[in-house]
Amino acid sequence: MASHSQVTEEKVIAPAQTAAIWKTFWILLILTAIEFAIAFTMPNNRWRVGIFSTMTIVKAFFIVGEFMHLKNEVKVLIWAVLFPVITIAWLLVALLLEGGAHR
Amino acid sequence: MSAIHAPAVPENLTWTGGSEPMKASYGKLMMWFFLLSDTFTFSALLVTYGMIRFSNNAYSGAHEAFFFSTTHWPIPDKVFAALPFLHGVEAPLIFVGIMTFILIFSSVTMVLAVEAGHRGDRADVEKWMLWTILGGFTFLGSQAWEWSHFIHGPELTLAAKDVAGNAIDGANLVRNPYGPPAFADLFFFITGFHGTHVFSGVILNILIFFNAATGVYERRGHYEMVEKVGLYWHFVDLVWVFVFTFFYLV
Repeated sequence: MASHSQVTEEKVIAPAQTAAIWKTFWILLILTAIEFAIAFTMPNNRWRVGIFSTMTIVKAFFIVGEFMHLKNEVKVLIWAVLFPVITIAWLLVALLLEGGAHR
Repeated sequence: MSAIHAPAVPENLTWTGGSEPMKASYGKLMMWFFLLSDTFTFSALLVTYGMIRFSNNAYSGAHEAFFFSTTHWPIPDKVFAALPFLHGVEAPLIFVGIMTFILIFSSVTMVLAVEAGHRGDRADVEKWMLWTILGGFTFLGSQAWEWSHFIHGPELTLAAKDVAGNAIDGANLVRNPYGPPAFADLFFFITGFHGTHVFSGVILNILIFFNAATGVYERRGHYEMVEKVGLYWHFVDLVWVFVFTFFYLV
């Protein structure tokens, strides 16, 4: 477009914040690799399910917090998203316990 | 890392998203709450999976001695153990692992596109959007292969038997050679619903790439659309993280 030269005059900014992005990527990759290692070495029992669930929530924390920038939003928005999700998690745990899945 | 907001909007536009409640633009808020409602849908599917799975019999013998039967729930790494072009090679969950990696990586290229948008770097936005689109298509292709392999079924000697004692040839919604009918139903519904999301995400990404490449966002002065569609794309990745854990690993 004709306006391109204008824009380059206005802002020539170095690629700044990619370090945090790549760090998050490595964390996600390593967590997934550990999940694989556990899947093939540990017998399937409720502890393994617990470890997998915890690691999944940790991964979700990084994706939502870093990639979706929820960390940088105002508190009200964070809780507006988080609170309904927490009630779902509560429902899930309640259904599993009441349904006797742990037996 | 503050988000780029649209330029100040006059007073009369307050109720059309001008005043930015929660310090986020109208579009971004709508995307967040749409994603929240989508979370409910996917949670419902995973709750259903949990309920049906735990109300079926679990296989109780040794892992090595596992066999497909309609009377117990299959072990995922026995079902998903094939790789393209490597027929007969036992590679449990490797292909799903590759798919997970592809999707996580395309999430990274998406966030790099968003970051480039913050800097107003049009060439970088285009570059990273193209990588994201490529990642999306690769994932869809992998899923198509996975589905066709799943539908085709294992060797008949390994397949589960039906009531009459015949090996079940191929999977559909009524019966499948891996386990109870509900297993394939849930596979088709959960990965299919997620795949539909990936597909619409790829379409949105292509639109964003097109707009960025034709200079629409440069003229507008901000790349917030990249951010909004980015939210959707990360959500699709997030859902896969959960599907991967609860469908393939647990």
